[in-house]
Amino acid sequence: MAMHTIKLTVNGEPHEATVESRLLLVHLLRENLRLTGTHIGCDTTHCGACTILFDGQPVKSCTVLAVQADGRQLITVEGLEKDNKLSAIQDGFYQEHGLQCGYCTPGMMITGTALLERNNSPSELEIREAISGNLCRCTGYVNIVKAIQHAARATKQETP
Amino acid sequence: MIPAAFDYHAPTSLSEAVALLSKHGDTAKVLSGGQSLLPLLKLRLGQAGHLIDIGRIPGLEYIKEEGGMLRIGGRTRESALERSEVVRTRYPILLDTAQVIADPLVRNMATVGGNLAHGDPGNDHPATMLVLGAQVVATGPKAERVIPIDGFFVGLFTTALQPDEIVTEIRIPAPPARSGGAYVKFERKVGDYATAAAAAFVTLGASGLVERAGIALTNAGPKPVRSTAAEKLLTGRRPDAAALGEAARAAGQSATPSADRRGAADYKKEMAGVLALRALTKAVQRAGGR
Ligand SMILES: Cc1cc2nc3c(=O)[nH]c(=O)nc-3n(C[C@H](O)[C@H](O)[C@H](O)COP(=O)(O)OP(=O)(O)OC[C@H]3O[C@@H](n4cnc5c(N)ncnc54)[C@H](O)[C@@H]3O)c2cc1C
Ligand code: FES
Ligand code: FES
Repeated sequence: MAMHTIKLTVNGEPHEATVESRLLLVHLLRENLRLTGTHIGCDTTHCGACTILFDGQPVKSCTVLAVQADGRQLITVEGLEKDNKLSAIQDGFYQEHGLQCGYCTPGMMITGTALLERNNSPSELEIREAISGNLCRCTGYVNIVKAIQHAARATKQETP
Repeated sequence: MIPAAFDYHAPTSLSEAVALLSKHGDTAKVLSGGQSLLPLLKLRLGQAGHLIDIGRIPGLEYIKEEGGMLRIGGRTRESALERSEVVRTRYPILLDTAQVIADPLVRNMATVGGNLAHGDPGNDHPATMLVLGAQVVATGPKAERVIPIDGFFVGLFTTALQPDEIVTEIRIPAPPARSGGAYVKFERKVGDYATAAAAAFVTLGASGLVERAGIALTNAGPKPVRSTAAEKLLTGRRPDAAALGEAARAAGQSATPSADRRGAADYKKEMAGVLALRALTKAVQRAGGR
């Protein structure tokens, strides 16, 4: 069995792990590192519940190998909160009731975070396009869009 | 879902990657964005003994216009195409195409080289590259060779690439004056492969007649379909509604789709013609024809 030792940074903390070639990144995060905020919804690259930031870009961690993350910087939903304070996106989801069952929420918030990094005043269409790879079976998306708009307003007030 | 076991290699140079491919022969596969390969391995529809990850080889991600060509590095991400100024302003057909591939998350990993090398007739870049007259640069153990796109797609999931060749660049001739291209796709939802889709490219002469036309279809047969019949119908003619309509109908006739969840074969054939007309109309507009 092909084993590899990899080093990666997750939410600012360095980690080292010895993994099989075929281990998927989502399993490394959930099972080895016990960061179970990253969800597995479909396992077929469709739903986006497993979305994380991979060197700053939102990607589906069920479709990346753990070995590909060697030397990379990852952010999962657990890394959004800073100093016991919710991030703008998290607060937006809280204020605007951007979730129901919560299954899609980690992926939605990671995608929303990446969107606002690139564009701090996205239009509704740009928000809907950005989250088009994240499926939600509960909310109908309306409040998710509002949550990201809320976060955009808050982010702009902080960094005008 | 967990893939069957394989070994993983992460070469840091092109020559090292090619040597690994030569050593492991058919049991090796290039891993680029992984967005087609990993789902196949997870579903166990495919198998590999060795994955050669080209993700750590420097110098394979770029988009630049140089020497009368647009040069796209083999590992360039779809999201990079979407955000490229030169693509947006000079090659809008490429933006049309990148924007309808999969979804924004997949496009942060998926690469242009992988999209062509996979040889999937459902992929969107092949039709666009066919109408643009692109060239695929493949690097193997001896040297690099340039494969004209017309000879690149051999059959279902089969291309002209040797097992030890890596797509390192895609070259697209810079559009002559009064040229325009467009890609139009009909999909059931974001992230779906095309029910039908068409690419069109036209160059107009000084008199306003079509000097060169390219028309190709996605998911319309076992490999990407270039409709030379439709192209011939249009060449030398004024691109009016009648001419575009005739060419689009001919393009639809060149489709041989098969029935699946996306629709019956006849329906898809009809849609191929409809989308060819839309793509042609937009291409002519962009060429400044109307
Ligand atoms: C949910 C989902 C929806 C999708 N929808 C679409 C869609 O609508 N339209 C579309 O076009 N695509 C779609 N795709 C496919 C996606 O665009 C793929 O990423 C693309 O087909 C392959 O690119 P890749 O870089 O991921 O290649 P990989 O998955 O890494 O590789 C694919 C194949 O090409 C070979 N290969 C890759 N790069 C090279 C290279 N440089 N040289 C030689 N061989 C190479 C590999 O060995 C493998 O056989 C979808 C994928 C997913 C998961
Ligand atoms: S679990 Fe990864 S996309 Fe659904
Ligand atoms: S809140 Fe239930 S899936 Fe989105």
